[in-house]
Amino acid sequence: MRPAILLYIAVMALTTYLVRMIPFTVFRKKIKSRFAKSFFYYIPYAVLSAMTFPAIFYSTGSILSATVGVAVAMLLAFFHQSLIVVSVAASLAALFVSFL
Amino acid sequence: MAQKISPYRYREGLKDGLPIGLGYLSVSFGFGISAVGEGLRVLEALIISMTNLTSAGQLAGVTVIVAMGTLLEIVLTQFVINLRYSLMGITLTQRLDSRCNTKHRLFMSFGLTDEIFAVAASKPAPVGPSYFYGLMTLPYVGWAGGTLLGALAGSVLPDRFRLALGIMIYAMFIAIILPPMKRDKGVLGVVLLAAALSCCVAFLPFLKWISAGFAIILCAVIAAAVLALVCPIAEDDEEEEPS
Repeated sequence: MRPAILLYIAVMALTTYLVRMIPFTVFRKKIKSRFAKSFFYYIPYAVLSAMTFPAIFYSTGSILSATVGVAVAMLLAFFHQSLIVVSVAASLAALFVSFL
Repeated sequence: MAQKISPYRYREGLKDGLPIGLGYLSVSFGFGISAVGEGLRVLEALIISMTNLTSAGQLAGVTVIVAMGTLLEIVLTQFVINLRYSLMGITLTQRLDSRCNTKHRLFMSFGLTDEIFAVAASKPAPVGPSYFYGLMTLPYVGWAGGTLLGALAGSVLPDRFRLALGIMIYAMFIAIILPPMKRDKGVLGVVLLAAALSCCVAFLPFLKWISAGFAIILCAVIAAAVLALVCPIAEDDEEEEPS
């Protein structure tokens, strides 16, 4: 353990924690505005979508195997399979393609 | 704060957290490998994961640490990359039950990651501390454990398997967003718009300067704001879930 590195890590952890903690703890109002309510309703889906695309196509190191994985995930998700089933199946599909 | 008590127990949270934990195991495995590759010690990599619990922020943090940048640089990178957690935190406060007092929120906020947030915020009923702690448990174990394994074992796992694990976490996102897209045009719109914006940032040369963490928050905020204007949700008090 190097003290200097530990200091960096502590500052990093504290910043990350405060960014998470302050709004979550301080904010107590029930949001009234229709726009704000709609905005907060849509935000989780927007965040997930922005994180997934286009990154998912580069997640396996091969666009081909990733694309097959995406197709499998979409098909299973369309038929309401559970999170774990969808993610394991996509991973197995990508693995399978990598052997071809 | 008149939300009724959440129907979800610790066990249900644990169950919902399993795929996140498995996904984290593979993502943090990669983080462990790269942190040690950059010159950090195994224990240092592990402590980063145990105290930060954030993928993009940690990767950027390691870059600054290894370059021996200033502490201000660390603060700024973490602030910008993790700013989305503030937004998610505010969103989630609207979906909490009445047991979530300040003490619980101090602990719960530590586990506020993209995936944990998304799962908690997309539950039909409000969530309480017990469910949320259940939801945090396996992702935390997976994140720390994966980092340790990656830092220790590095390249023992054949590339083929390590790479195939990389898609798990994204496939899980698809499993979360696709079902509501089928029944709600607004969700369909916001998902397509956010994906399109995100692809623009990734592929258009003049937008390349935008960092990955900032790109997520930028695309998400624009997409959600546009859809909130064009397609506002139905205006009745408790039920914001059009089903």
